[in-house]
Amino acid sequence: MESVLGRYRNLTILVGVLFLQVLGLAMQVKRNSNQAQDTRLIRIWAVGAISPFERGLVWIQSSSSNLWHNYFYLRGVRAENRQLKEQIEHMRLEQVRLSEDAAQARRLQTLLAFKEQYIAKTIAAQVIGSSGSDLSRVVYIDKGEDAGIRRDMAVITADGIVGKVLTVYPSVSQVLLINDQSSGVGAILEKSRLQGVLRGTANGEVVLERVMSDEQVPAGETLLTSGGDQIFPKGLPVGTVAKVSNGKDLFLSINVKPAANLSKLEEVLVLVEKQERQATAEDVRVRAADILAQRLPSVPEKPVDAQAAASATPGSPAANTGAKPQAQAKTEGKPPNGTPGKAQSTATVKPSGTGTGAIASAPGQSSKPATATTIAKKTATPVEGATGAASKTSIVEVKPKPKSAEPAQSTSQTPPSENSPQ
Amino acid sequence: MPITYTSGEQVEVYRFSIPVTVGVPLLALFLQAFIPLRVPRFAVYFDLPLLVTIFFAMARRSPIAGLFTGAIIGLAQDMLGHNPIGIYGIAKTVVGYGASSLGVKLDVENAGARLLVTLGFYLVHSAVYFTVARGMVNMTQHWSWLNGIVAGFANAVLGVILYFVLDKFKQRT
Repeated sequence: MESVLGRYRNLTILVGVLFLQVLGLAMQVKRNSNQAQDTRLIRIWAVGAISPFERGLVWIQSSSSNLWHNYFYLRGVRAENRQLKEQIEHMRLEQVRLSEDAAQARRLQTLLAFKEQYIAKTIAAQVIGSSGSDLSRVVYIDKGEDAGIRRDMAVITADGIVGKVLTVYPSVSQVLLINDQSSGVGAILEKSRLQGVLRGTANGEVVLERVMSDEQVPAGETLLTSGGDQIFPKGLPVGTVAKVSNGKDLFLSINVKPAANLSKLEEVLVLVEKQERQATAEDVRVRAADILAQRLPSVPEKPVDAQAAASATPGSPAANTGAKPQAQAKTEGKPPNGTPGKAQSTATVKPSGTGTGAIASAPGQSSKPATATTIAKKTATPVEGATGAASKTSIVEVKPKPKSAEPAQSTSQTPPSENSPQ
Repeated sequence: MPITYTSGEQVEVYRFSIPVTVGVPLLALFLQAFIPLRVPRFAVYFDLPLLVTIFFAMARRSPIAGLFTGAIIGLAQDMLGHNPIGIYGIAKTVVGYGASSLGVKLDVENAGARLLVTLGFYLVHSAVYFTVARGMVNMTQHWSWLNGIVAGFANAVLGVILYFVLDKFKQRT
């Protein structure tokens, strides 16, 4: 026996070493199946040994790059600045439109008592390393437990979702990317509202599973998070549908192009705090259309008797249809007949040269610019004294009139100046 | 103090200083983890720790030293990922043992032999990894001969260049 072992000493040691590793591997596999996800000390040591070098190299690289780009290579900055300013103007207009949509959505959500999830706090982190293997699609970021990062937190970029925090070390975290085959994200198609599970494949692609094959999914449709995984809040961009084909078991095979560039990640945001609150429309006082009206260039003013326009009864034909070309009022809810309920009348006042204003436009009908705005909420009584002084923005809120005929209460919020920088 | 590895055979056996023995595999692991951030396809085609394993195993010409070198480098590589530790360890142990056993019998000093040996061991490494990952860990894996051969050649070419550089650190026993 000894001679046999001596003769095949090398082979025996090889078998022994392999056996030990197989044994260790088998123990890990068994552990994973029992959902025990404790981090092994050996992993902490390995990451601790490698990450300082990665962090240092990234720092040197970014510092030298910043030095070059921020101090030496400033060619074309002026032109770029001009372009960006133009882009900002366009985006402001777009923001106004979206704000209006959002306000409307909030009102509807309030009616339905929806609960919303908000991204309350994020931490920016830099990607400093990867697993170095195409079979383990993870990256390391330079923020860990010390920075408040915990396991299963969502990791995103401005473009879309990236993955989730898998393992947290004191100053480094391991992030599992959405294209790893062990990841799973609840996703929903933006237009068709079909829900599925987003998974990675062995070759690094991302597919949407669990969509029935009798559904129509066009290529190019946007995919959002559904919030069903309890990791990503609902509505974050995931990617776009790249290819649709028939899969197995009556499900479609949908290839997805991730919105975030997973192969070239540099900076990411870790979502450390989510808030859930019931949607309210109360905080939306100033309407987006009014902001837009303020920002648009003004046209020659046309004196109109604001007093007459403001005293027009909401719900009356004059207010709803716009008896005057520039005087319209929008009323929501029940007509002002004194019955309980929420009736809202909104009026935008166009200033006159003499300091008086007239109702100039209703939401979504802002054809004329205005420099003074009055928003009035009322149920029973018309707004009295809604004469907006020039260069003023006012919000006039009228409480429901009680059955005993009390005078309407008005609150007015007046910013310092309309011409303040926007 | 240099570490000496001898096989007792009549072929030339090399040794390496401690900084090289420790530093080169660590550097290979570090680069393997870092370069894919800038060159995303690097991890698909290249495996620097494997090349280092083959080089040390062939130079030392000792199967025991070779298999331990492969096991340590492979286990370290496993630790950087999120898959169970040991898959790369097993694959590189086999490669380390095989490369050093081959180094005892063949002259693996010339570039042509090194190219073929590296290509062969890359395929062996992929096959062992595939078997373990699929058979034991139940990972979804797809075997592609084309990808394997392309990546094998890429590694072999890089290996020949790398071995030429690492030859400078060899010390005769």
